[in-house]
Amino acid sequence: MNDSSVIQLRGLTKYFGKSPAVYELNLDVPRGCVFAFLGRNGSGKTTTIRMMLGLVPPTRGGGTVLGGDIHALTPEIRGRIGYLTEEHQLYPWMTVKECGEFQSAFYPRWNDKVFRGVVGHFKVKPEAKVKDLSRGERGGLCLALTLAPDPELLILDDPALGLDPVARRSLVESMIYLTRRADRTIFFSSHDLADVERVADHIAVMDRSVLRACCPIDTFRTKVQHLRLSFPGEPPKLPQIPGLLQVYRSANELRLVCVERNGATRQAVNSLSPARVEMLPISLEDAFLSYLGEHGEKTFILAETEEKP
Amino acid sequence: MPFTFNIATGSSVPIYKQIADQVRLAVANGKLTVETQLPSVRALAEELVVNPNTVARAYTDLAREGFIEARAGKGVFIIPKRKVISREEGWRRLEPLIDGLIGEAAALDFSREELEQAVRKKLSQWKTPPNNKL
Repeated sequence: MNDSSVIQLRGLTKYFGKSPAVYELNLDVPRGCVFAFLGRNGSGKTTTIRMMLGLVPPTRGGGTVLGGDIHALTPEIRGRIGYLTEEHQLYPWMTVKECGEFQSAFYPRWNDKVFRGVVGHFKVKPEAKVKDLSRGERGGLCLALTLAPDPELLILDDPALGLDPVARRSLVESMIYLTRRADRTIFFSSHDLADVERVADHIAVMDRSVLRACCPIDTFRTKVQHLRLSFPGEPPKLPQIPGLLQVYRSANELRLVCVERNGATRQAVNSLSPARVEMLPISLEDAFLSYLGEHGEKTFILAETEEKP
Repeated sequence: MPFTFNIATGSSVPIYKQIADQVRLAVANGKLTVETQLPSVRALAEELVVNPNTVARAYTDLAREGFIEARAGKGVFIIPKRKVISREEGWRRLEPLIDGLIGEAAALDFSREELEQAVRKKLSQWKTPPNNKL
């Protein structure tokens, strides 16, 4: 347990019928971070987000958000959370300006400068009617409505979905802008690893209902390694290597993508007595794809040195 | 002209390292000189659209290596390079890079002479700062 966590989930589990959508999830989101929640479609991200906001009751397990029990979030705590979903309710007949005025009535801390700023950043005209907005403009308006109440915790469920590159960049810029306040936390799910690389400092990875990683993004990049082993002749048959994700074999070299497991991986690699071991660069995307690949050991990357199966 | 950074996502080089490498290179080839001011962490983060912690990490590395210094209330400045890495440590880091270069050149079918010539040409283009051997 950690006092500086704004989200703490313990053993969170949700069954829809017989199969779990989320299974035994433990998650800590430190205050002030930009946290990317990653995983393929259907891996349980949205269900997790909806459970942490008290919108879906967990089958078992629980947790806290901003110190409040997720089973009974008070209106006061809800007021400190900004939640952006794909299906944001907007009245088509309202103008952009009217949307802001309408929404501001519900929030004591409403900051109209932020609302106008974000709307302007997305090049949305205040007089425009909601029904005439493009998808990107609509996304900008929804983001403005979510940011203007000055939320302590911003939760964005796939905010980049359907946005064009210009709108997506505006979204990322708005997120960076929000980090000006060091005590504000952003938790967002995404499929866009380029945006994640820019904006996130922590990541969690869901894989078929199970959490597979929860750590600083640099830890993930350090732990998933791409090694080239050179041999004088034909490479030996591969023994059990802890954390192995992928193997590429050629005439006199082996290339391995593996998760370094506290020295055990390197030890196993050295036991093959290669003539040379080189660490090759690997991009975040390639590391992520290897990590979630069909093959390889299912490991769990937690924090700097800790690790559990 | 102020120094401009260029970063790319999707690269095998993490963004913090891209930023730090660009400062290291610019100091080495004289594009950034002593007492030049760098943007603040916040300003550079917003300019490059990256997390401020990423910029902070690059600046921390550069400060530890003696490239830059943060002065309270004034900003971040390039400082005369102190020697903070021992000769042995230096070789330990340099050797794999040289091995990599030679291996890559061999794989691309360059001859020994061509590689030597290319390295010499590059070296001659580097502006030599005072007190620095390279």
